[in-house]
Amino acid sequence: MTTTETPDMLHRILDYSSRSDPYPLYAELRRTPVARQDDGSYVISTYRELADILHNPHLSSDVRNLSHPMPSAEAGGTPSFINMDPPDHDRLRRMAMRHFGPPHTPGLVTALEPDLTATVGGLLDDCAGKEQIDIVDDLAYPFPVSVICHLLGVPREDEPRFRVWVNDLINSIDYDPRTDPKQKLDDGVQARQDLREYLGGLVEQRHGRPGDDLLARLANDDGPDGRMTDEEIISTANLLLIAGHETTVNLIANGMLTLLRHPQILERLRGEPDLVVPLVEELLRYEPPVHIIPWRAAYSDVTVADTVIPQGSQVMLMLASGSRDPDRFHDPDRFDPDRSDNQHLGFGSGIHLCFGGPLARREAQIALTELVRRLDRPSLVADPPPYRRSPVLRGPIHLRVEQNGG
Amino acid sequence: MTSADNLRAFRRDGRIVIVGASLAGLRAAESLRAEGFTGSLTMIGDELGEPYDRPPLSKQVLTGWVPAGGTTLPRRRDINAEWLLGVPASGLDLATDHVRLADGREVPFDRVLISTGVRARPWFVESEAALDGVFVVRTREHAEGLQRALAAGPSRVLVIGAGFTGSEIASVCRERDIPVTVAELAPYPLVGALGAMIGEVAADMQRAHGVDLRCGVKVTQLEGDAQGRLRRAHFDDGSTIDADVAVVALGGIRNTEWLQGSGLAAGVWGIACDTGCRAMDLNGLITDDVFVAGDVARCPNPVYEYRLISLEHWANAVEQAEVAAHNMLHGQAERWPHLSIPRFWSIQFGVNIKSVGVPTFADEVVVTQGSVSGHRFVAAYGYQGRVTAAVTFNNAKWLDHYRRLIETAAPFPPPCPTPDQPVDTKPVPVDFPGPTLLAQGATVVVTGHDPGERRVTAAHQHHR
Ligand SMILES: Cc1cc2nc3c(=O)[nH]c(=O)nc-3n(C[C@H](O)[C@H](O)[C@H](O)COP(=O)(O)OP(=O)(O)OC[C@H]3O[C@@H](n4cnc5c(N)ncnc54)[C@H](O)[C@@H]3O)c2cc1C
Ligand code: HEM
Repeated sequence: MTTTETPDMLHRILDYSSRSDPYPLYAELRRTPVARQDDGSYVISTYRELADILHNPHLSSDVRNLSHPMPSAEAGGTPSFINMDPPDHDRLRRMAMRHFGPPHTPGLVTALEPDLTATVGGLLDDCAGKEQIDIVDDLAYPFPVSVICHLLGVPREDEPRFRVWVNDLINSIDYDPRTDPKQKLDDGVQARQDLREYLGGLVEQRHGRPGDDLLARLANDDGPDGRMTDEEIISTANLLLIAGHETTVNLIANGMLTLLRHPQILERLRGEPDLVVPLVEELLRYEPPVHIIPWRAAYSDVTVADTVIPQGSQVMLMLASGSRDPDRFHDPDRFDPDRSDNQHLGFGSGIHLCFGGPLARREAQIALTELVRRLDRPSLVADPPPYRRSPVLRGPIHLRVEQNGG
Repeated sequence: MTSADNLRAFRRDGRIVIVGASLAGLRAAESLRAEGFTGSLTMIGDELGEPYDRPPLSKQVLTGWVPAGGTTLPRRRDINAEWLLGVPASGLDLATDHVRLADGREVPFDRVLISTGVRARPWFVESEAALDGVFVVRTREHAEGLQRALAAGPSRVLVIGAGFTGSEIASVCRERDIPVTVAELAPYPLVGALGAMIGEVAADMQRAHGVDLRCGVKVTQLEGDAQGRLRRAHFDDGSTIDADVAVVALGGIRNTEWLQGSGLAAGVWGIACDTGCRAMDLNGLITDDVFVAGDVARCPNPVYEYRLISLEHWANAVEQAEVAAHNMLHGQAERWPHLSIPRFWSIQFGVNIKSVGVPTFADEVVVTQGSVSGHRFVAAYGYQGRVTAAVTFNNAKWLDHYRRLIETAAPFPPPCPTPDQPVDTKPVPVDFPGPTLLAQGATVVVTGHDPGERRVTAAHQHHR
């Protein structure tokens, strides 16, 4: 396996014109599993090499290990554990996980289910009678924020304020100085600060007052690793919010889009509700919300597929390409919810494997089940739909659907 | 059974017998059906009831989390088999292709899979082993009895042997706040499997959890009272302790006695086979219709100089079962070799221990990631300059990387630093007590002179 220069290929993938269908470009990219770029970074696009590198301890998630520093993703504030390495990553993730899943908090997602169903139900009630709905604006976008507010313990009356911050913040993530008004960036910075302050206030109130929400649990933890500092709690809450928002939006929107493109499977889902479980798994492979982990840093020289990536290099992980690798998945461009052995890369792998996977799955399962149950003969208004700019978190910005039944 | 037609006919209506109806046996049966075997399938097992899982027996079952009857193995498909349970196989006749049962029945086969596993090594004095309060742990019934004894709140438990099972049981005792003494002949717990450096860490862990750990001592006698209940244990240094429960955790004995006289290469070390899981006969020739899988198998591994290696690992049993099943149904050209790198896990004292590779096949060991004192680290094992194994304490997510290093014979010590760099990165001698991969005493003798007449005889037959 060799290293060749394929800068054009990557640029074509990142270019907005490829957003609606990057998959043929991924196929070309995979001809060079580990591709060195002109700027010295490396792009990895095949399943085995991605799986290898995600388990390679010589790769770092900490920007400071890049020889060419990156524009900092999180301006100011303590970084969150997604951008940290062991041992700090492991410690903070462990402390957060204690309150988020098994073995210490096993029933979290199950306990949330009635709430998830009710939230989706409420959002869809608001659409009743409309001939056209936007799956993104009317359901996929508001849904995860509600869920995370509930988990963190944000009081219901504050949710509208919270939503505005989240919108501004998420909007600013793919800020492009060439095309976007500066206001967009400023709003994002302001929102981040407001949100931190607001969360800080919530954490403060919770000290010494044990409760069931995540902030209260983190603020009063007496686990084996001790307690997070308030700064760490705020960063972690921020991370859950950001990592769990647009990803889930995309999964639901991509899911509905894929179902509308495969009407026979949509029909099957109506009669076979259990199909939703493997179906969401297949979505995570076939139309994943996260296409690229834009960078890892080579902490020391790393060998992948006989290529040595020098220390300090930026490494780009093309997860969505790996999940369509014909060397790993039979007939990879076919959407097949009956696929067995579906070890996709949708949630990453290794120590940074998505922390919210069980929750995200359940959110998407419930949203898609309800959509299919309640929409009457839905059809796409535009195919392909308009996409968000980001090649990293890829998904429609709107997904308008008509209901024939009125 | 060589021609393609014969094989097709065999797959359609041949007869397969599986002896040993536990993890390896069940998984092989499922794979046979999954691969399209439609002939008759007979499962012979000396235990009654559905096949069940053993790892929880020294863990969740003893803590009381899972009832002993609650570890039934999940069924992945219907195997449509005839089950002959409760009677052991007592012989294998390869001249007529029959399995003999202890009650005299004979079961004919075209191909047979042997997956009779191991049993617990009992306490060496029978009358002492029979005392009330003396346990081994291999079966569901054993675990159930021990769990009941622990629930009754014994004043002290003595664990004899600090291998994985013994250490897990000691951990459960501490979790249940039961005083426990662990007696181990070697200088540290787990040292036989993982070497002195990790053994030292394991010793710290035990002591930090309040285990009364006594290494370098031998239990010489278990003493009972007039009612036949365990009261006291005597050590070779003259000391004694009072205990009402003793768990004998001195490893296993491979269930191969029933194969005496069968002509197979079966002995205390297991049944030798090739990487295709086909059994060897006494002369070391591969047989065609006898297959072996699981704890009872002794299989060469090319990564480890083709040495024959016996493993008592869950994952190994499953993988061998699948390879054996596949090969039972396929001709030479389509056969699979069992080439996976061994994996093992254990949970004790709140630490998730995992290993990949064969740690006993090593001369040096080095901590490559994490912190030993924090009980979260990766240690890599090396043999003559290449990586041969790795062990993780609460750091299992990295194992895949080390598996790749082993598979690719990567240099030892691994040269490049990682973000979680340990304080001390100098390799140390691995230090196992005694020869590990070497046999202990003769099991066969060779007779004859001409190449055409040279033969191997099992030692027990020869000396009879
Ligand atoms: C307490 C305990 C904890 C363990 N923990 C772990 C762990 O944490 N991780 C890990 O990787 N592994 C662990 N193991 C090992 C794992 O359980 C074994 O590797 C696995 O059970 C092997 O399966 P097997 O089918 O080869 O053999 P076995 O499970 O031993 O099954 C053999 C079967 O054959 C039957 N049999 C024997 N002789 C005859 C005969 N003559 N006729 C008919 N039937 C016969 C036996 O009764 C038994 O039912 C543990 C084992 C024990 C006992
Ligand atoms: C479909 C929805 C989602 C997808 C596709 C997704 C995908 C991913 C991926 C690929 C990573 C790995 C990043 C890396 O390796 O650098 C990740 C990490 C993470 N995700 Fe998700 N995610 C989703 C939903 C969520 C939700 C709902 C939450 C929280 C409620 C969440 C929280 C996290 C966190 C905290 C991490 C960092 C883990 C770590 O660094 O250890 N995600 N996610």
